[in-house]
Amino acid sequence: MEINDIIKPENKVYGKPALMNDTPMHYCPGCSHGVIHKLIAEAISDMGMEEETIGVSPVGCAVFAYNYLDIDWVEAAHGRAPAVATALKRLEPGKMVFTYQGDGDLAAIGTAETIHAVNRGENIVIVFVNNAIYGMTGGQMAPTTLPGMPTSTCPLGRNVALNGYPLKIADLLAQLEGACLVTRQSVHNAASVRKSRRVLRKAFENSMAGKGTSIVEFVSTCSSGWKMSPAQSNKWMTEQMFPYYPIGDLKNTNP
Amino acid sequence: MSDEIRLMKGNEAIAHAAVRYGVDAYFGYPITPQSEIMETLMAEQPWETTGMTVLQAESEVAAINMVYGGAGSGRRVMTSSSSPGISLKQEGISYIAGAELPCLIVNVMRGGPGLGTIQPSQADYFQTVKGGGHGDYRLITLAPASVQEMADFVALGFDLSFKYLTPAMILADGIIGQMMEKVVLPPFRARRSEEEIVQESPWAVRGKPAGRSRNVITSLELDPVAMEVNNLRFQARYRRIEEEETRYETFMGEDADYLLIAFGSSARICRKAVELGRAEGLKLGLLRPITLWPFPSEAIAGYAAGVKGMLSVELNAGQMVEDVRLAVEGRVRVRHFGRLGGMVFTPDEILSAVKTKFELKV
Repeated sequence: MEINDIIKPENKVYGKPALMNDTPMHYCPGCSHGVIHKLIAEAISDMGMEEETIGVSPVGCAVFAYNYLDIDWVEAAHGRAPAVATALKRLEPGKMVFTYQGDGDLAAIGTAETIHAVNRGENIVIVFVNNAIYGMTGGQMAPTTLPGMPTSTCPLGRNVALNGYPLKIADLLAQLEGACLVTRQSVHNAASVRKSRRVLRKAFENSMAGKGTSIVEFVSTCSSGWKMSPAQSNKWMTEQMFPYYPIGDLKNTNP
Repeated sequence: MSDEIRLMKGNEAIAHAAVRYGVDAYFGYPITPQSEIMETLMAEQPWETTGMTVLQAESEVAAINMVYGGAGSGRRVMTSSSSPGISLKQEGISYIAGAELPCLIVNVMRGGPGLGTIQPSQADYFQTVKGGGHGDYRLITLAPASVQEMADFVALGFDLSFKYLTPAMILADGIIGQMMEKVVLPPFRARRSEEEIVQESPWAVRGKPAGRSRNVITSLELDPVAMEVNNLRFQARYRRIEEEETRYETFMGEDADYLLIAFGSSARICRKAVELGRAEGLKLGLLRPITLWPFPSEAIAGYAAGVKGMLSVELNAGQMVEDVRLAVEGRVRVRHFGRLGGMVFTPDEILSAVKTKFELKV
């Protein structure tokens, strides 16, 4: 059998999500962003909300998320995505509004906007990519950098006496009345990818049902920032990140 | 509805005018001396009538970013604050200008720097007309001198902002915000429909229909060649605004020997000073810039040959006076008179300042 005999529509078992365009991604090999983008695209299409979704992209590596998903986007200032999304959802309650934010964006410079948007119970989804490092600016310490983990601004490793502790922001958000779903997921293997797709859909459904804010944290890899191969990154994340940021639901008011 | 005459504060007039203009949302954070704007809106509950959204944000930073988001969806959105809060908004204002979005920002100025005082001041002139935030951008700046203008400039600010797709600011001060005057409020108009928004603002993010490419609201462009093109587009727009939207008024300027130049509350006090001067034979006139940017440079230059001196009268240490000097290019003596830190001059003080600064023996 020739390969062209196999490549036929009836044999197709999986395809690129319709919402993802052909723009070449700028993400590094081994980076989690591309997979998470894909899962968001699938969740939107699964719900038939392609024409009703507005994304808010952050400052950081995912600043260009708007280049890859064919939906309407607003690119927010660093950390301000939850405020931007608040206005979009309040003014356009029929739309599905989500933010996509990294750890520096959400848990450092945007802490106030994040906490208050969640505390108001804004009917938005916050997708939080936690790779414990500032990727775009070249690997500086993040609020979620692990103790002892070296970065370009803590080259000897994060010293908690000097830099404080990694911020478990999702644990903090889970205490807020406005949050209906706070969950930590990953995309490092097939099972976690399948699970994450379901979780994202649930989060988006919550936002349209007016249940409050859903926060989906992805414990993620940054091979370039961590200076590891993609395979090493997955191993390091599993062994070092997961004990500090355990996978699973921190809050789910309507399972 | 016929014109309705009411007695109210300048801050309250802004709130009522916003509801009546069909503004879609207000986002703010309390700060003296402008808190009546949000308080009036909350008391009016416009979400029950026009459907307007009013939200108290967690900070001025959040409020201006809510404005950015709401403006991105093509809505008429506004915020207000006073000097220290306006400083916090500068990041967002720069992004709004860079993303070519329309919105209205109100600054009811108080004395600074720092936490300063809650008393009136005009010391944010530089911040407003020279940039404020980062990058080469301009703010359409309207300077009201009455409660009536507080109400009228809501509509004017939004109209100009949507016409040119750039943010507009009402630059008032604590006097105009707090004083009560008669005001004729505009008639109610409906907020725009979905169809009207899409037609007026095809760039707005409202969910991407199958028929069009995605809309992206952003100020980011990493390619310097393209970013220069963006900047040149902004500058061309600013030149057009300078040509078409400069506004000012004069009072007894025709035969004046000395021209006072003042905006906002200072201009009101200067009118009295002009009358006092004329009563004792000193021919004073007044030019009041209504738009501070674009600045009425040509109009001021037109007086350079005919007057013996110009006095820029401001509640600051000398800010607008620099633009007056640039306008007249050394052809006439230009002096500044001001009070600082929340203190306000009297008409008599202005009159004696004219005599002192220009060495008149009257």
